[in-house]
Amino acid sequence: MGFTTERISNSDRAIDPSPVEKRAAYLAKLLALTHPGRDASPFVALFQVDSTANLVFQGIETLQNQAAARILELAIPSPRDENWRFTDLSKLLALDLAAAAVAGQLDERHQQLDEGSFVPAEAIAPYCLPGTSRLVFVDGVYAAHLSDLGSVADTITLGQGSSLTMTALESLAKLPDADEVFTTLNTASFQDVAVIRAQPNAVLAQPIHLLFVSIADRTLAHPRCWIRAETGSNITLIEDYVSLGEGSSFTNAVTEVVLGENTVVNHSRIQRENAQAVHIGKTAVIQARDSRYCNIAVQLGGGLSRHNLEVHHQGTQVQSNVYGLAIAAADQLMDTHSNIQYNEPHCQSNQLYKAIATDRGRSVFNGRINVPQKAQQTNATQLNRNLLLSHRARIDTKPQLEIVADNVKCTHGATVSQLEDNQVFYLQSRGIDRVSAQKLLIEAFALEILHKLPSEHLRQTLATSVMRLTEEVL
Amino acid sequence: MIIEDSDVIVSIKGLSAEIDGTPILKGVDLEIKAGEVHAIMGRNGSGKSTLSKVLAGHPAYTVTSGEVVFHGEDLLELEPEVRSRKGVFLAFQYPLEIPGVSNLDFLRAAYNSRRKAQGLEELDAFEFDEVVEEKLDVVKMDPAFLTRSVNEGFSGGEKKRNEILQMALLEPSLAILDETDSGLDIDALRIVAEGVNQLTNATNATLMITHYQRLLDYIQPDFIHVMHDGQIIRTGGKELALELEAKGYDWIDEQLAVGAA
Repeated sequence: MGFTTERISNSDRAIDPSPVEKRAAYLAKLLALTHPGRDASPFVALFQVDSTANLVFQGIETLQNQAAARILELAIPSPRDENWRFTDLSKLLALDLAAAAVAGQLDERHQQLDEGSFVPAEAIAPYCLPGTSRLVFVDGVYAAHLSDLGSVADTITLGQGSSLTMTALESLAKLPDADEVFTTLNTASFQDVAVIRAQPNAVLAQPIHLLFVSIADRTLAHPRCWIRAETGSNITLIEDYVSLGEGSSFTNAVTEVVLGENTVVNHSRIQRENAQAVHIGKTAVIQARDSRYCNIAVQLGGGLSRHNLEVHHQGTQVQSNVYGLAIAAADQLMDTHSNIQYNEPHCQSNQLYKAIATDRGRSVFNGRINVPQKAQQTNATQLNRNLLLSHRARIDTKPQLEIVADNVKCTHGATVSQLEDNQVFYLQSRGIDRVSAQKLLIEAFALEILHKLPSEHLRQTLATSVMRLTEEVL
Repeated sequence: MIIEDSDVIVSIKGLSAEIDGTPILKGVDLEIKAGEVHAIMGRNGSGKSTLSKVLAGHPAYTVTSGEVVFHGEDLLELEPEVRSRKGVFLAFQYPLEIPGVSNLDFLRAAYNSRRKAQGLEELDAFEFDEVVEEKLDVVKMDPAFLTRSVNEGFSGGEKKRNEILQMALLEPSLAILDETDSGLDIDALRIVAEGVNQLTNATNATLMITHYQRLLDYIQPDFIHVMHDGQIIRTGGKELALELEAKGYDWIDEQLAVGAA
């Protein structure tokens, strides 16, 4: 490969951390590690493959090859790119990644995983959520023996090849911001796709838990989800990223969600990988008229974590509620970039992002809301609240409202504060000691978002993690 | 009520305190015995609220001289939470909103910290429900307020009632009411005052801080103190409040001017 990585200080982002040739070479290396290539068997649809699967296969191969060709013209972004101004990717460039731990062609990998010794069921037990249907992917490869579809209603098709009509798959990699570098890399490199299609008027009683496990031993994964809610359906998804090992890893995930008319999709996204991990995730959403989409993104893990959220309205009376919680402890960097693109009148969005930065942690929020002339009667709120618990921690927040329409209601705000002394004193004056009072306030700050999660088990687990991450500074 | 030879609950001698280097209290002397109700009146900025915060241990204030002995113990040495557990209670002028913390959880945490300090077993959520249910009646509070976040979205009157509910649960030996009457309409004031009256007895004491005489129609004080520029400059019975009400605080200034001449 002839490629060497070098560690560059995170502190000075004014200096281009790495020449473009190096960043391009690193990207090409990432591609070489996972892109299935022309000779390989690039894609196996989940579960049964029926007569339409052949078409799917053809489409996927072309798509992946086109993306691979494009990757060779691109480079890993630097802080000179406006979208990466506050997020230095040196940590990614410093990773010395190896080929996938689950080796061989994809069908061999499925077999290997199904033998059960590679990842035993006990290993994922701590991450399983009661009352959910579970699909498990190990470094982007579907693991049938770890999955448990439970009582999924007949009206929902989970990753069946038969549900993947050519028309449906044409929207793969066509969603907003699909040509961005990391999404392109994912498109070129993904192994399996988690396909969930809710048929018209289907209402799913249980949430679907999409558990993406990283082996975390110099591993690289490109998890891909494709979600489509047909007219009148209602589904709840929990996308969840975890590490099994203590080693390094790079997860580059992309999830595309298409909401049909009059649908409800409740979508949680939990990133709780290990502290070595570099995680870049994209959620791209398109909403048809009268649909309601809710996204709750929680970022706790990873040395460097970035979530890009794109929500585009394609009909009237659409509602988008997007919430987030990020905890940046130790020397973690947590970045959220969101973009809500209005296109039609009578739509609304509510956005609340909260971050806690402790120790040397850094948090970045960039929230764009674009309201063009046509999107009259828009009602958009945006609030970014940050809690700074250490003098060495840092928070960058950038609301970005672009409003052309003249009859709209748009509010935004961003706050950065420390724990309020008066609140701490109030609790102390009722007999609660100082440290417990601080913990209570931090927990309350986080719970406002965690309470929105659809699983009590998950809420409690994450609340415990938040307290563990933040209590050291008290 | 004034009780012959009752125990001294708190004794304040020559207490001076400052905030950010600005002196606010300039030698306060005050003794409060079991059973007594005291009222401190005075203009805004006279140091009334500062006295209440210093007694409760607010970290923004620095005591520069003097002493406060509470049940024979140096109060100023103690952390705010320890003062609370030993029986000091401050009803805040502006009770704080704590989004995300349920009022019920907060009340139980406070109640249990007190019980723990007394060597009693902590109550679980179920047991505590019964205790709190009973106390709600003291301030005629709707149980719905228990499930909401602490004071969040409460009206002024609801916040003050929530303070008295906490007082009812913690059963302090010294209750300091910092302008508990301010901003209340007459119905809310009556409910709050009746709540306080139910809680006073021969073994505890109440220190009311107020700007207005109105509160004293509902809670009858045994002593009234007038505070001015960080000192208690006059002490008297109920009649002092009426005199103040009739003549206004300017009357105090005139008296001071005469004294100085």
